[in-house]
Amino acid sequence: MPHRPVRNPMDVVVYFFILGVLARLVRSDLRLPGALYETLSIYLLLAIGLKGGLEMARQPVAGLVPQIAAVLALGVLVPLVAFPVLRRLGRFNAYDAGALAAHYGSVSVVTFAVGVAYLADRGIAYDPHLPLFVALLEAPGIVVGVLLAHLATAHRADLGPATREVLLGKSVLLLVGGLAIGWIAGPQRIGEIEALFFGLFKGVLALFLVELGLVVGDRLRDLRRASAFLVGFGVLMPVVAGTAGVLTGVAIGLTPGGAALLGTLAGSASYIAAPAAVRIALPQANPALALTAALGVTFPFNITLGIPLYLATAQYLEAYTR
Amino acid sequence: MNTHSRKLLVIITEAALEERITRDAMRLGAHGYTAVDVRGAGGGGKRAGDWEADRNVQIEIICDDAVAAAIAEHVQRTYFEHYAVSLFVSDVHVLRPEKF
Repeated sequence: MPHRPVRNPMDVVVYFFILGVLARLVRSDLRLPGALYETLSIYLLLAIGLKGGLEMARQPVAGLVPQIAAVLALGVLVPLVAFPVLRRLGRFNAYDAGALAAHYGSVSVVTFAVGVAYLADRGIAYDPHLPLFVALLEAPGIVVGVLLAHLATAHRADLGPATREVLLGKSVLLLVGGLAIGWIAGPQRIGEIEALFFGLFKGVLALFLVELGLVVGDRLRDLRRASAFLVGFGVLMPVVAGTAGVLTGVAIGLTPGGAALLGTLAGSASYIAAPAAVRIALPQANPALALTAALGVTFPFNITLGIPLYLATAQYLEAYTR
Repeated sequence: MNTHSRKLLVIITEAALEERITRDAMRLGAHGYTAVDVRGAGGGGKRAGDWEADRNVQIEIICDDAVAAAIAEHVQRTYFEHYAVSLFVSDVHVLRPEKF
């Protein structure tokens, strides 16, 4: 009987994430050294940037300015929608609502990386400049979320340090730096470092997800104490924002793969840039709330169900509009 | 051994505050500091230090009484309310008083 390949519903890297979660749940002593976590995240950010820069050198992108404007508008819109929902329906105080809105307004690079791996696995192309959008979407959501909290409480605080921290933080720096290096070096000269940054990408992502699984496993215990609203928000917010992202992507002329990735970005919640910036800008907010929602609910949702959903939506819209 | 009395100020807090507190301390008269990554647990839950938002630091400053009092007062006023901070002071003896 011929072997019939079955299309695996989940990307192989997701199993590594589950392994990490399980390790925590059974209280294993598994622990990745902090320095390795740091190294892997630097690698992932650089690799994503380099790939984008290289592709942009191969095929210049037309009409970039209106696309950038639309993507920035998306980054501002997500926290503007999230904040009143959290305030009115969730009954959160302005600080917690602002902090949550900031986390969901910003983006998760690792969720994006899993989306890239998911598309690559299916041989679906995406627009080369998507990594640029990752860098663009890091900051606006955080600034808007913090501003909303300040407006609602008449609490004046200096936005400068938080903004600076995000704009010059390692995420934006490495993404933009990678983009620039890939673009300047071009396909010929990037060949020498190709094996490390492109060949090993998925394996490194898998390793990183073991660590992230451990972190999420820790948060699952907090989840039992979280309100039903917060859990529901952690699932529905990515669906709403992700759909808005896909629609924006289709509207600005991205390929279905590109629109799916923009949806993945819009639907993701930051757990690296946002927590650090929000901790400084909104010290009154309870940091456990946003981390539990972003890492305990939204991240696992996105890498299992969200990304396939955003891709299906993008492909449906593509077929429908043609 | 010819020693001189100084204060050792130890501040254990969220990594997000490291830059601010060390900058404040230098401004208030500290001549230097030592910071190390640490992990532990307390009223704010467990801090395993595995990733960015879960990291704690221990900042140690050796200085004279007046500077120690100024830094302790400043940290208490600015950060105690909303951040996880442990602060304690002890007496130490140093060999080179001009350094501290």
